[in-house]
Amino acid sequence: MSIEARHISKRFGNFQALRNVSLKVNDGELVALLGPSGSGKTTLLRIISGLEEADPDPSSAILFHGEDVTASRAGQRRVGFVFQHYALFRNMTVFDNIAFGLRVRPRRLRPTESAIRQKVEELLHLIHLRELAPRFPSQLSGGQRQRVALARALAIEPRVLLLDEPFGALDAKVRHGLRRWLRRLHDEIHITSLLVTHDQEEALEVADRVVVMRDGRIEQEGTPEEVYHHPTSEFVMDFMGNVNLFHGRIESGKAVFGPLVLDHAGAKVPDGHGARLFVRPFELDISRQQNGLPGMKARVTRVQSAGAQVRIELSSESGETMHVEMPHSRFRERAVAPKDDVFVTLLGSRIFLEEQTSTNNNGGKLS
Amino acid sequence: MNPNPLARSDPRWLRALLIAVTVLFLGLFLFLPLLTVFLEALRKGVGAYFTSFRDPAARSAIWLTLLTAGIAVPCNLVFGLVASWAVAKFEFKGKNVLITLIDLPFAVSPVISGLIYVLMFGAQGWFGTWLAAHHLHIIFAVPGIVLATIFVTFPFVARELIPLMQEQDTDEEYAAISLGASGWQTFWRVTLPNVKWALLYGVVLCNARAMGEFGAVSVVSGHIRGLTNTMPLHVEILYNEYNFVAAFAVASLLALLALVTLIAKTVLESRIRTEVPALDASALETIR
Repeated sequence: MSIEARHISKRFGNFQALRNVSLKVNDGELVALLGPSGSGKTTLLRIISGLEEADPDPSSAILFHGEDVTASRAGQRRVGFVFQHYALFRNMTVFDNIAFGLRVRPRRLRPTESAIRQKVEELLHLIHLRELAPRFPSQLSGGQRQRVALARALAIEPRVLLLDEPFGALDAKVRHGLRRWLRRLHDEIHITSLLVTHDQEEALEVADRVVVMRDGRIEQEGTPEEVYHHPTSEFVMDFMGNVNLFHGRIESGKAVFGPLVLDHAGAKVPDGHGARLFVRPFELDISRQQNGLPGMKARVTRVQSAGAQVRIELSSESGETMHVEMPHSRFRERAVAPKDDVFVTLLGSRIFLEEQTSTNNNGGKLS
Repeated sequence: MNPNPLARSDPRWLRALLIAVTVLFLGLFLFLPLLTVFLEALRKGVGAYFTSFRDPAARSAIWLTLLTAGIAVPCNLVFGLVASWAVAKFEFKGKNVLITLIDLPFAVSPVISGLIYVLMFGAQGWFGTWLAAHHLHIIFAVPGIVLATIFVTFPFVARELIPLMQEQDTDEEYAAISLGASGWQTFWRVTLPNVKWALLYGVVLCNARAMGEFGAVSVVSGHIRGLTNTMPLHVEILYNEYNFVAAFAVASLLALLALVTLIAKTVLESRIRTEVPALDASALETIR
């Protein structure tokens, strides 16, 4: 069951939440809508669910599996919606929460009470919470609540599953566990799903495809690998994780960032044009001597080795702070300590000209 | 151990003094009058006490009070639900004005509230001629008493529900709708159960005021014995006639109503806490 949103715009008073957004989620796909708060991702999700209406426009439409559902109300669209703050019915037990969607059906469509019971039992089994059926939501942990909310959404056998920051209110450990569980669940039941999140790690880990949003527009969409390794704009580059930023300019076809001079294969631009260099912390290496790779002098200011990676903070000659990340094994070889003078070399980087076109630059040669 | 640090740091005599002042004040202004009501009512024995209720005028006053509350409370229950639903779940212009207007009966003297109806529906009022032409009696009749009572008591239910409904936001309703529930099902199965204790609390307070209202009702009633006297008005008449036992006997019914109201209020207050999401663990987690 595919989801398609066409030319969706939405304005709240003076705030333009969505600007002519079109989006397609293929059958069985799990897509993450990723963006900072205010980027319009939740509004888009609510419009797809029918809880919110798009601004009227003859070309705008919501389609499920090619069928136009724009005019149908939320309850008729058969979407499973999972809320950030669970929105469980506080006056009902876990069992009754899950059964709700079946019990409110018109009499002729309503399953028998025993069929409902069986369905709820199945779902409780799926979320591993069978023994909690008689509890009330206030007696559950956050992670348990969100699983109940998911089961409740799945009970109506929705055509699509929409999740609004489902793990946003949970602590880090529970969040990690739950999103892996969600991914496994999706691999099991293959329901077309759209997940809204502001956590890039979550989007990259869970989704088949990531749609990055900014200011009510889609900034970039692609597989997690594409979006992470080939961002098409500074915004995406920056949003996808920690990054070192250097300011420079173009001079006779080369990009110059202080002591770093890099080949620039992008569009021809006049000399003096502003350029920015983005380097991920793991795309930097440290060496004692200059080793032929593009690099610059720096001084180690801080080493933090508690964690999966060693994080090293350095200060360049011009006083800029740089962050380097490397595995423990390489850190032991490099054997650097605070106050050491070292060379920081570039393993990979990305140059953005001021109008935001990008060129990959994998360890470009010093000129 | 006492969780209040002040209790440990304040000198013993100060604590004793404060407690004594509180007890004395409550005793003088609350317990003593309450006791007087029952003592005066029973002064000539239990027989005389119950004889007071055999008077047809007393019975008619009790009946009219029950009737008035029986109409005013359901009206305000519906109004309170509708108003608080509108205020809490929708955004619209003039919302603050509406909230302020709901409080109007609290701000206006009950006598003025009664007078408004006299000016509107009285013989010399705006609709007076029209009403007279159609032989409709509102002022100095039961409809006027009911109208005045509804006006005076309409903030109670709405005032209880608005803050609670605002606190609970609309996610549960949205969830119900996305699961296919109709608006009506959402209201009966989700919204109403979530506010039931607060609603009952508002109803209890509304009822107490509806039965005990004097000022507004006094203006519109006309004090026709056996016809337009409610219990508070009947008490006044009996008292002015130096019929103390009968006056206090009827008053004791109102005092009993007050006691029942107090007990119900205390029980309900503890139940409402379960409805306030701020005290719910999920909300705390979210804040963290």
